[in-house]
Amino acid sequence: MATERRTMLSRTADHLFWMARYIERAENTARMLDVTLTTSLLPQSPQQAERGWRAMLGISELQPRFDAMHETMSVPAVLDFMVRDPDNPSSIYSCLQAARENARAVRGSLTTDVWETHNYTWLQLQSQLSEGLLQSDPKQFFEWVKFRSHLTRGVTIGTMLKDEAFYFTRLGTFLERADNTARILDVKFLDEAAGPVPVADGQVQVQVQAQPIVVAPRAGANGPVLSSGTDGNGQPHYLDYYYWAAVLRSVSAFEIYRRVYRDVITPLRVAELLILRRDMPRSLAASVDEVCANLEQLKNDRSGETARRAGLLRAELQFGRVEDLLAQGTHVFLTSFLERVNDIGQRISQDFLVPPEMLR
Amino acid sequence: MYVAHGNVRPHYGSFEGWLAGQSDDLMRLKRTEADQVFRRVGITFAVYGDGAGTERLIPFDVIPRIIPEPEWRFLEAGLRQRVRALNAFLHDVYHGQDFLRAGHMPMEQVLRNSQYRPEMRGVDVASNIYAHIAGVDIVRAGAGEYYVLEDNLRVPSGVSYMLENRRMMMRLFPELFVRNRVAPVEHYPDLLLENLRSVAPQGVDDPTVVLLTPGMYNSAYFEHAFLAQQMGIELVEGKDLFVQDTGVYMRTTRGPVRVDVIYRRIDDDFIDPTAFRSDSSLGVAGLLDVYRNGRVTLANAVGTGIADDKSIYPYVPDMIAFYLGEKPLLANVPTYCCRKPEDLDYTLAHLAELVVKEVHNAGGYGMLVGPAATRAEIEEFRTRLVAQPDNYIAQPTLALSTCPTYVDSGIAPRHIDLRPFVLSGKTVTMVPGGLTRVALREGSLVVNSSQGGGTKDTWVLEA
Repeated sequence: MATERRTMLSRTADHLFWMARYIERAENTARMLDVTLTTSLLPQSPQQAERGWRAMLGISELQPRFDAMHETMSVPAVLDFMVRDPDNPSSIYSCLQAARENARAVRGSLTTDVWETHNYTWLQLQSQLSEGLLQSDPKQFFEWVKFRSHLTRGVTIGTMLKDEAFYFTRLGTFLERADNTARILDVKFLDEAAGPVPVADGQVQVQVQAQPIVVAPRAGANGPVLSSGTDGNGQPHYLDYYYWAAVLRSVSAFEIYRRVYRDVITPLRVAELLILRRDMPRSLAASVDEVCANLEQLKNDRSGETARRAGLLRAELQFGRVEDLLAQGTHVFLTSFLERVNDIGQRISQDFLVPPEMLR
Repeated sequence: MYVAHGNVRPHYGSFEGWLAGQSDDLMRLKRTEADQVFRRVGITFAVYGDGAGTERLIPFDVIPRIIPEPEWRFLEAGLRQRVRALNAFLHDVYHGQDFLRAGHMPMEQVLRNSQYRPEMRGVDVASNIYAHIAGVDIVRAGAGEYYVLEDNLRVPSGVSYMLENRRMMMRLFPELFVRNRVAPVEHYPDLLLENLRSVAPQGVDDPTVVLLTPGMYNSAYFEHAFLAQQMGIELVEGKDLFVQDTGVYMRTTRGPVRVDVIYRRIDDDFIDPTAFRSDSSLGVAGLLDVYRNGRVTLANAVGTGIADDKSIYPYVPDMIAFYLGEKPLLANVPTYCCRKPEDLDYTLAHLAELVVKEVHNAGGYGMLVGPAATRAEIEEFRTRLVAQPDNYIAQPTLALSTCPTYVDSGIAPRHIDLRPFVLSGKTVTMVPGGLTRVALREGSLVVNSSQGGGTKDTWVLEA
């Protein structure tokens, strides 16, 4: 009896999976907003700052929705849209609500501690927003979101039985994290791919339209694989430093970078750390590792192909070299990665969450 | 809590002494804390028709309702007796109909009642138990003078409030439980699970029990999730179940799993769209057939509504005599059946003093509380009553007991009732006490949460 693997309702698994995804998404949205807010404070032209915000919206696939609702780009408008807009399904508000609603739908399968953590997050969010924390201290608000997510994960690990409910929850967490870290990275790489914007002197024509996904050829004789963050004279470009430092900080990797590389920050190493390092908890490799491990725990007679695809992705990250992965262009690599993660997510739904007798 | 001349009833003595020593500020703080904790725990109910995310708390009062143990022993014996008789009546109504044939009540009153389910004629249910969970509403008039107000035998709710109210009191005022020997109630989910397992279809040794809920937008959803979690059983919705061959199965991540006992919190009407209301999306198509063939147990059984209908209620004392050969321990509230001409005449002449109820309604809807009604309301009700006398019963308003309760102006007496939960399976079990509901409006006798009622912790105080 004790060793018997407990089955669970497909619907329950579905809710748990999405409950975990939404709280993770809320956390990463907070991280992404935080880094964009920080870099927007650097001395730069308004156009450059705006481009940063646009890149963030673009990578979240939210630019059209934002433009439909707002005529101009302003920091308060973007924050409002990304944090508290209930009509934006990706806003922190919508994510935390969805996480809580999913938890409520399966609270019979959660420990009291897990349920109360979700419920209290939702209740506190409403009072935080009504008290104006987002306006008065956005960084503190983002910290709060992050820590509620930390707490949720900790409570999950600390109180839940390690059965299917647990593995589905974890699967959701890491699939979402793989997706989100890729997007956070892509904000910067997409920006890079759009081509350099001259440091503003107010006279240069600045592109403010969202960039089509065009990747500048980076390989071969044209120069280094990645923009090395130096100008032609080998002088570090101080703005670039701050951008990359902010990206690192947004995934809690700044100190780790220093510890691992003991050297200056270069885009190539940032990419290596956040894509390939399996010991870096928010990296793509670490997230895909966890996806594979949890899939292994959950495997059923339909999930073989999903496991194979996830395993293939893991192998590429495990044995790949950053130069090769990025030879195709960072943005191209990340786009393809996002597609594959999305494919795995859809396959998980089919394998576990939609009961076979309904597929007939 | 008080006897007529304002003296404290002895079993409240210890509590009153304690309360007198607490500052108003502290009590206010504790009441705020209770509200916050209930919100965090999510003991809320959804309000229909209100905007998204509207969830309300049922008001909780921190002053407990106290029942001395000897009074509870008496209540318990009366409840056992009553529920045994009701289960015997249900079995009889769907089999030999001896009670009807012996002339104890008019045949057509059962057979033409919308709560009577002809589909259940001749169907044998496990252990002959129909009302596995009964929530019997009781009021107290004078000292130790208890009356049964109604027997809820369909999908009685409220037990989670009984449990959460106790948990809350122990959290807010642990010292009270050191000073007073309060009989524990926390083992209710254990008794319930044991009870449900005991009524599995024959031949099933290790039954799979599930709780069937209408879903998270139902007002009692919290309770469904809470009980499922406490019992460690799956909380399922209709769409999670399906009928195949001769069994009911749930859809799991590893394929279909057979279900043996369904603790259903969905009314008969919605449980099987192929048998009852075809527009129901909450139920399971084909469930009734499997059930009738004895391949799954439903708790409560289909068709229990015939025994808790207000038009049947007046006959329960006769059922006790008929089936058990015993004298009823718990009295009914005197009831006028407006179906009878002489009772109708009396009712029409005394509308301002009586409570008139629709026989099939529940939840405090469709009733007239004479002493609290305006002349216009009485006249309007009179028209309805004359038009359809069969549809109504009338009862005198009792001098209901009150309990001190926090209200806006301070502490004031408010009317209360009690809903103990009686579990019937291989044996009849219950935890001491039940859910105490309180009418928060001054003078009001209506305790239903849909009508502005609140709840209290209920203490059975061991001597």
